[in-house]
Amino acid sequence: MSAFRSAVVTFPGSNCDRDLAVAIEQISGVAPARVWHGEADLPERLDFIALPGGFSYGDYLRSGAMAARSPIMRAVATAADKGVAVLGVCNGFQVLTEAGLLPGALMRNAGIRFVCREVSLTVETSQSLFTAGYRAGERITLPVAHHDGNYFADEATLDALEGEGRVAFRYAEPVNGSARGIAGVLNASGNVLGMMPHPERMIEPAHGGTDGRALFESVIGALVSA
Amino acid sequence: MKVRIAVSLKPGVLDPQGRAIHHALEGLGFAGVEDVRAGRLIELEVAEGTSDADLDAMCRKLLANLVIENYRIERVAARDVIT
Repeated sequence: MSAFRSAVVTFPGSNCDRDLAVAIEQISGVAPARVWHGEADLPERLDFIALPGGFSYGDYLRSGAMAARSPIMRAVATAADKGVAVLGVCNGFQVLTEAGLLPGALMRNAGIRFVCREVSLTVETSQSLFTAGYRAGERITLPVAHHDGNYFADEATLDALEGEGRVAFRYAEPVNGSARGIAGVLNASGNVLGMMPHPERMIEPAHGGTDGRALFESVIGALVSA
Repeated sequence: MKVRIAVSLKPGVLDPQGRAIHHALEGLGFAGVEDVRAGRLIELEVAEGTSDADLDAMCRKLLANLVIENYRIERVAARDVIT
């Protein structure tokens, strides 16, 4: 078995990259490579790529729009096509939708305000690389901190996401006006997950909760044993 | 040559910013405003002879997000440039 190999991408304006790297290292025992957005290539033979939260490029044009066109995102798209696991949290989710790696778009919160608090979520499926460590229907608590988390997709896309079990997490309370309460979605192959809540901020008791831990344990566990 | 790109939310896409602006206009006492939609205006200074196809590609690849937005391209005649 070869060592687990992961990377955390940092864009100008990312601010959760260190938190993600700490979470991945705590659970995998191996520090992820830290990759700058201007790089054209990712490290070789990666198992897992994480795109962090933050305000890349100051949210210019649209949240995630500029980062999605940065050089490293071409390498991320190629890796995702080959089946490498990719997690985008918060701004990372916005980047994945802007890059076309996930359907839909994240719009301004319906209440206009920035929302920064812990929210209750329902795990919608345990049949995914990222959520196998949860029970379907399980209620968990994770923090959110975003201005543009209002998920939008047309009705046909929303029906397809639900029909194919690609809604990973749903808000269990009103948060930002997201279509059908969607908080996290998977791509068709199930190797790319984007979510607005922050699992990396809930991995040890000192964080006030550990509900994000199972996500990293699920994906890292599956990849290490693969 | 100046080109204006008007990016607007597609009909049916909820516009929380437009709604807040609408509310603020009413708060200022302007009656009779029936709807407000907020968009974005992007002005480009491009080389003479830049093709419609290139401008269209710029909109599709970056300037607008076609999941939620429409765009309109307008070539601005020199006499209409506001300085």
